[in-house]
Amino acid sequence: MTHVTREAVQHLAQLSQLQLNPDEVDDLTADIEAILKYIEQLSELDTSGVEPTYQVTDLENVWRSDKVKASDVTREELLARAPAAEQHQVKVPKVL
Amino acid sequence: MSHIATTTTRIKSGNSSARNEVETALNKLKDIESYHAVLSTLEERALKRADEIDKAISEGKEVGKLAGVPFIAKDNFLTFGGTTTAASKILENFVAPLQATAIEKLELEGAICIAKANLDAFAHGGSTENSYFGPTKNSVDQTKVAGGSSGGSAVVTALDVVPFALGSDTGGSIRQPAAFNGVVGVKPTYGTVSRYGVVAMASSTDTIGCFTKDAEDAELVMSVMAGRDTRDMTTLSDFFTPETGDTTPRKIGVIKECMSDDVDPEVKARVNEYIDQLKAAGHTVEEVSLPIIKYALAMYYIIVPAEISSNLARYDGIRYGYRAEDAKNLEELYGKTRDEGFMAENKRRIMIGSYVLSSGYFDAYYQQAQKARTLLINAYNDLFKNYDVLVGPVTPTPAFGIGENANDPVKMYLADIMTVPASLAGLPAISVPAGLTREGLPVGIQFIGDRKSDAKLLALARSMEAN
Repeated sequence: MTHVTREAVQHLAQLSQLQLNPDEVDDLTADIEAILKYIEQLSELDTSGVEPTYQVTDLENVWRSDKVKASDVTREELLARAPAAEQHQVKVPKVL
Repeated sequence: MSHIATTTTRIKSGNSSARNEVETALNKLKDIESYHAVLSTLEERALKRADEIDKAISEGKEVGKLAGVPFIAKDNFLTFGGTTTAASKILENFVAPLQATAIEKLELEGAICIAKANLDAFAHGGSTENSYFGPTKNSVDQTKVAGGSSGGSAVVTALDVVPFALGSDTGGSIRQPAAFNGVVGVKPTYGTVSRYGVVAMASSTDTIGCFTKDAEDAELVMSVMAGRDTRDMTTLSDFFTPETGDTTPRKIGVIKECMSDDVDPEVKARVNEYIDQLKAAGHTVEEVSLPIIKYALAMYYIIVPAEISSNLARYDGIRYGYRAEDAKNLEELYGKTRDEGFMAENKRRIMIGSYVLSSGYFDAYYQQAQKARTLLINAYNDLFKNYDVLVGPVTPTPAFGIGENANDPVKMYLADIMTVPASLAGLPAISVPAGLTREGLPVGIQFIGDRKSDAKLLALARSMEAN
C-alpha cells in the first residue's frame, strides 16, 4: 500500500508548478493517498503481452500541406489578453 | 413536434421572431436565477444576431435549419460576446479571441448562443460543486446537485429555457447530469465533433455533445455539429446521418455488472421497467457480462489526470488569464498563479497526473492503465459482434445532496463508474430519461453502441419515445 508523505506531496506540487500553502498540503496528502489506494487495484489485472492503447480514432498520420495560413486573430488582440505587456511583448518578472 | 421544430415553425410562420425567442429565453433565465445554472449572458450579441435573422426572413432569404433557435453553451466553449471562464478563477475575465468550431457550425445554421452555463471548474467533477462561482442546483430539487460537470447545461434544458444546450463529456459529464435532470444527453463517438475552441481536459476522451428534451432534437443538433475539422486532427469525416423512423428490432445486451446490488434499488427498477418496454417493442434483450468494467474507473483516474496535468500546464499566468501579484521571480509567479487560480479538484488531478507520469511510477500506473484500456476495448468489441446496443443505468444513484460527497474525492469519482467505460473505449453513449424515483428524482438509462453507431442509438431512443 502506498503511503503518501507530506514531502512527497510537496515534491508533486513542485513538479506541477503549484505553490501550495501548508493547510492545502495536509488535505492533499490525505486525498492523494485515498485516490492512489483506489487506483492501485489495477495492479491485480494481468496485462502481460497486451499492447497499450493511446488513442481510439484509428486515424494515422493526418497530413496537411505545410503552408502558413493567415490567422483571424491579430497579434494586438492576443497581447491585449496578457496580464502585462510592453512594446509588443508579453512582460514577465526578471528571469536571470 | 419537437422543441426545436416548434420554435423554427413559430418563427417562419410569423407567429414569433428570432428576437422574441431570444428575449423570452433571456427572461426565463432571470426567473431561474436561484438555480445558478448560467455564469453569464451574451445578450447584446444574441439580440443583434436575432435581428439579422429576422431581417433575412423578412427579405425572403434562405435561413438555416436552426434559424432563430436560442441555445446555451457550457462555459468551456470559446464564444464571442462575453467571457469564457471554464468556471475557474484563472480564466474569470478571459475573453476569447475566437469561437469554437461547434459554435460556428450552429451559428451558420442560424442558432443563437444566449448564455454560458456553469460547470465544475475545467470540467473536473461530477456535481458542478467545483465551480469557482458556486454550485448549480438540480432542476427538480434544489437541495440536490445538478450533476456534472455540465450541470448548468442540463438544468437550463430541463427547465425549458432553451430547446438545447451544449456540453462536453470526458467521462460522463453530459450523460450523468442529463440523467440527474431527466433530459436526453448525447456523448458521441470520439472524434465526431471538433473540439477546436473548447477548453481541453483529457485529449484522448474529450467529446462534444448536447442536451435536449427528446432524441429528435438531439439528432438535429448532432448532425449540424458533426464532421471533420482541419483544426482538430482527431475529427472523423462526417458519418452522422439521422436514421429517423428506423424501428428495426435490435439485439440488446444488459450489462450484468452494472445491475449489481450496489446500484440503488429504485434506479434498477426504473431501468428494468424501460428494458421491459424494449422487449415489448419487439427488441431482443439478453444479459451480458463485461467483467473488466470493474477496473474501468481506476483506469480512468490514471489516464485522465495524466492528460489533465499536461493540458493544464498552459495556465501559467503569462499569456492570458489570472496572474498572481507580487511574485519575486518566474517560478513563484507560476506557482502562486496556479495555486490561487485552480480549485482543489483541479490540483488533485494535476498532481495525480504528475505522479502517474513520474519515472518510477509510469509503468505501474500509466502504462498499466493503457494496457488495461486495450483489454476493455477488446471486451466491448467481442460484445458488439453479437449485440447492437448495450444498456444499463447512467448512474448508480439518483442525484445526491449538495455537499454530500464534497469532502470525499473517491466517493465523488464513484458516481462516474457507469459512464467512464464508454469514454475510455471512444464509444457513443446516450442518456435517456427512464422515469422518476418515489421522491421524484429523475433516473437515466444509458445506451452504448459500437463506434459510429450514434444515429442508431438515437433512433432507438426516438422509437421508444413514440411508444
